[in-house]
Amino acid sequence: MTSDVQTAPTGRPDSVQRSIGWRDALRWEGGLVVVLIAVLIFGSAQSSSFLSQSTIFYAGINIGYIALMALPMTFIIMTGEIDLSVASMLGLAGSLMGFLWHHGWGIWPAIIAALVVGALGGALNGVLVAYTALPSIAVTIGTLTLFRGVAQILLGSLTVPGVGDPQFPDSMTKIGTQSIPGGALSYSTVLFLVLALLAGIVLHATPFGRALHAIGLQPEAASFSGVRVAWVKFCLFVVSGLICAVAGVLLTLQNASVSYTAGTGLELNVVAIVLFGGVSIFGGKGTIFGVLLSVIIFGALQMILTQTHVEAEKQLVITGLLLLISVIVANGRELLSRVRSRLAVGGGSR
Amino acid sequence: MTTTETAPKAPVPALTQATAAGRLDALLRAREIGLALAIVVLIALTTAKNTHFLSADSIQQILNGGALIGLMAVGETLVIVTRNVDLSIGSTLGLSAYIVGDLFVHDAIDIWMGFVVGIAIGAVIGLINGLITVVFRVPSLVVTLAMLYAIRGIDGVIVDGKQINASSIPGGYTAIGYQTVLGVPWLFIVVAIIVAIAGYAMRTFRSSRELYAIGSSPQAATLAGIPAARRVLVAFLISGALAGLAGALFLAEYAQVNNNSGTGYELTVVSAVVVGGVAIFGGSGTVFGAALGALLLNTINLALVAARISASWNQAIAGALLLAAIAFDRWLSQRVTRKLRKTEGAHRDI
Amino acid sequence: MTPTDEPRPVLELAGARKSFGAVHALVDGRIALRSGEAHALVGENGAGKSTLVNILAGVHQPDGGTLTVGGEDVVFNGPAAAREAGVSIIYQEPTLFPDLTVAENIFMGRQPLRSGRRIDRARMDEEARSIFKRLGVALDPRRVARGLSVADQQLVEIAKALSLSAKVLVMDEPTAALTGVEVQRLFDVMTTLQNDGAAVMFISHRLEEVFASCQRVTVMRDGKFVSSARIEETDVDTIIHQMVGRDLDSLFPKTATTPGEPVLEVRHLGREGVFDDVSFTVRAGEIVALAGLVGAGRSEVARAIFGIDPRTQGEVVVDGKRLEPGRPLAAMAAGIGLVPEDRRQQGLVMDMGIDQNFALASLRKLRRGGIMRRSSEQRLAKVWAERLQVKFGRLRDPAATLSGGNQQKVVIGKWLAREPSLLIIDEPTRGIDVGTKSEVHRIIDSLVQGGMAVLMISSELPEVLGMADRVVVLHEGRVTGNFARDEADETTIMRAATGQHGRDAA
Repeated sequence: MTSDVQTAPTGRPDSVQRSIGWRDALRWEGGLVVVLIAVLIFGSAQSSSFLSQSTIFYAGINIGYIALMALPMTFIIMTGEIDLSVASMLGLAGSLMGFLWHHGWGIWPAIIAALVVGALGGALNGVLVAYTALPSIAVTIGTLTLFRGVAQILLGSLTVPGVGDPQFPDSMTKIGTQSIPGGALSYSTVLFLVLALLAGIVLHATPFGRALHAIGLQPEAASFSGVRVAWVKFCLFVVSGLICAVAGVLLTLQNASVSYTAGTGLELNVVAIVLFGGVSIFGGKGTIFGVLLSVIIFGALQMILTQTHVEAEKQLVITGLLLLISVIVANGRELLSRVRSRLAVGGGSR
Repeated sequence: MTTTETAPKAPVPALTQATAAGRLDALLRAREIGLALAIVVLIALTTAKNTHFLSADSIQQILNGGALIGLMAVGETLVIVTRNVDLSIGSTLGLSAYIVGDLFVHDAIDIWMGFVVGIAIGAVIGLINGLITVVFRVPSLVVTLAMLYAIRGIDGVIVDGKQINASSIPGGYTAIGYQTVLGVPWLFIVVAIIVAIAGYAMRTFRSSRELYAIGSSPQAATLAGIPAARRVLVAFLISGALAGLAGALFLAEYAQVNNNSGTGYELTVVSAVVVGGVAIFGGSGTVFGAALGALLLNTINLALVAARISASWNQAIAGALLLAAIAFDRWLSQRVTRKLRKTEGAHRDI
Repeated sequence: MTPTDEPRPVLELAGARKSFGAVHALVDGRIALRSGEAHALVGENGAGKSTLVNILAGVHQPDGGTLTVGGEDVVFNGPAAAREAGVSIIYQEPTLFPDLTVAENIFMGRQPLRSGRRIDRARMDEEARSIFKRLGVALDPRRVARGLSVADQQLVEIAKALSLSAKVLVMDEPTAALTGVEVQRLFDVMTTLQNDGAAVMFISHRLEEVFASCQRVTVMRDGKFVSSARIEETDVDTIIHQMVGRDLDSLFPKTATTPGEPVLEVRHLGREGVFDDVSFTVRAGEIVALAGLVGAGRSEVARAIFGIDPRTQGEVVVDGKRLEPGRPLAAMAAGIGLVPEDRRQQGLVMDMGIDQNFALASLRKLRRGGIMRRSSEQRLAKVWAERLQVKFGRLRDPAATLSGGNQQKVVIGKWLAREPSLLIIDEPTRGIDVGTKSEVHRIIDSLVQGGMAVLMISSELPEVLGMADRVVVLHEGRVTGNFARDEADETTIMRAATGQHGRDAA
């Protein structure tokens, strides 16, 4: 129906002709701030020690490595793709590190090897998604199984360090029990905050970030403006693999041990955090600030529920409901206008 | 319009060669034959290495082990064919299995009611998935992801740390899990019947062809006046109902349920469906293919065991296979398209 | 019109009005279709033809006017209602179900059934086959629709219309994307349909097709009915005059310039199966038009120069330096800008702000110490929006809120912000209202006066003749003509574009 385009380019009623950039996004994040405040008040009411240093420290320990993975996931979802292999990559990186440690490697060579494998695994995803144009959801379900499978080949039923293995060096594992020198935050929290700041700058104040938006909204228009769509996507998957490996190393050191199942099923948590942060599953819309708020809300909720001895199960219900409500509220109107413009443009939809 | 006399004309040849069509059709059909062949070859190779593999026992294992995944793959196929996805089936299975089991514990129902209750629970969940997807136009990936959490959470609350054991379940019920007719397990028979019915129905009825139409081109579906919302809703409903039935059968097969039962099944099922040749973005693929995909994945698992390759290799091989299947699909479709384009080009030069 | 001595129309639309927001797409739409008659609807882009078609299709509901089918007043509140009344639309690019078979595409939702409400596939295929036989084409009903040529897709749609016993067939520019052979076959099918008693409405930009295959022609301009006449009572010149409604000269503000040094040299450019041995030069201060029929490979050449598409032979030289193939960034660095054919898909990111779209090709230049500020983006957008007189609400509004003409200005501005030495403009005024059209032409003219080189692709001959200093004509991927401004006229270009220039017709 190209014919339609010619006569109805301005065929949107005035009510739809509103800005759907910053303002909507800010409205969403405003909502998140309100939710966050409510959560914090509720938490403080439940327990006087809620806003204490130790709570914040442990919240960081609990969610830091998940939050790390949410950053590259945000970028990837921004471009309209998805990476479901993140948690498996976390497990693979941790397992490789444990495997090499078990075979007498030094801690640093083992860590570096894990990071390299992370980048390589990401590159595999990237090649398949960006250069052969396979659907990322299918590819990364494949690598989800593959990476976890390789982790299983490496460690089998072994937990490292096992009997006869030296423990990981204290200087490294203290990141699971001690805060950064001169502060109350965990190492993972600090690492996350630094990377989040960096991600925020990249996404919102660089040509690269603008390219990500454009790719997510209209990949063809992006490439006609000189954006190397495939290359950008490839890079994102490599970075995602690398960051997940970092998360894997971090979790291994934090727990001072690793088995091949580390982080199983976390991919969906990561996706949930990103979507709750207001990032559109269709790509092109969302902010790092929103994801940051989402991380804090999830972290705080988890602490409250644990402190008030609510079972993990109920926490799941809450996660699910939050996610559901968020997408209904966030996507309801946008979807409507999208459907309308799709009909006018005549393009296919997913 | 009545046919009036027109000057007889020699039929103008279609510009795109008619034979290319037959070839493509053959290729698509070959997918199911190819899967069946792969299973046979795999069994043959494994038997060559370990003659015990072809025992009645092990054949039963092959058939039974793939049955539940195959059953859920049927429902998942219906959903994926419409360009949606149902990630909540693993949780649905868990909830259904526990509730049915719990009813047995309290002697509240007889054997047949067990299945009815299981199906009903699944159907309700499927209905909720479908309604939210259709009414709020939220991407089903997100809806069912949220439902995955919510249901698993509710499951956990109901289970409350308990576990259902074989002793509480009627013997007649668990018999379905291990008894055989002429060497064929009951469980497999039940699933095979459902696969056959669903496979036949998907070819034969208007409404099921409309499912393919919706996934193939949502826009054309609208133009053709297909009630897409209603069809998608029904697809989710059936997917949920089959997952619920799978839960009831899970209870019969394993006679043991806790709050983790069925965790992670959703991705295995999606893998089976994709390996079975169902396009992840809808429009094509058959129930038979998906069921064979499930059977193949399970055969690989058992073959590894029989070939005395460590079970640790299972996942990695399954993952690699999945990636190969996706890549193979792409290669196939590109080849076909290129061929079609070439025939067209040849005509243009006449 | 003298309705007394003619059979009553099967379908008649009168006084139809339709507005989209502030745009009056249709002011007075009129058409009367008669059984057994092929009726052409002609008019420039933006004349309201497509809106009229969409009203007949039930896609748009008119704001006013009457529609009668078989003598009775009807209201189409959706595509289904139109179909039920016996009106079928064949779009330029049909929307089929690519994964389903041809027969299923024809009968979706209406498949012949046997016992137990099961689809009778054998009968369905047989019925499809018999329809194709009636149309005189050999198309396998059992093949999937994916990979069908556009011409064959249209045939599937026509077969669907026949299976619905459509009394009225509306064809919206069906020939635009077809090759010569395919067009001929379509006309044969059209004749068959007429002989069967169908009323056919045919939209085309190619007047020779209208005169070859239709019995009546209606002209529209600016959303209004202009005239309707039997084909033998009118001629091409009259119709062109009625379509344009003004003299061509005043339309195109072309200023004579003296071309300077060559900016772009294309040498023996080829891409396997798409175009071959294409050579031409564009000099500073000169507009070169790439003319030819749709599908001749013009846009493909432009995209290969810019690096979006690959090329397999030849070279592109910009300012004396050879350009790497397949790298838009290199082309941009060399000073090339490309205003693409499909504004809404390729030119703009519709959901992004106007300011962001203006800046999209200049992001690296807006960087200060690695950081890009939104204020500098807005400054850039403001400068160009003013210079090109873009009419907008707020700069941060999505580009989708702009009218077609203003959207095009944004795409042009996006590239001008990079100060290119060569601007490639693919269909500069497609789907733009008449007023803005001449503004765009003025912009192009002033650019060339300022020394820029412009490569323009246009399907509108008046635009090509009015704007270009040199016309390069493509036919089926090969250059079949290269004319200076004073050598080029409608006839020479059309001859070259249809391959009658040196080569035998296809």
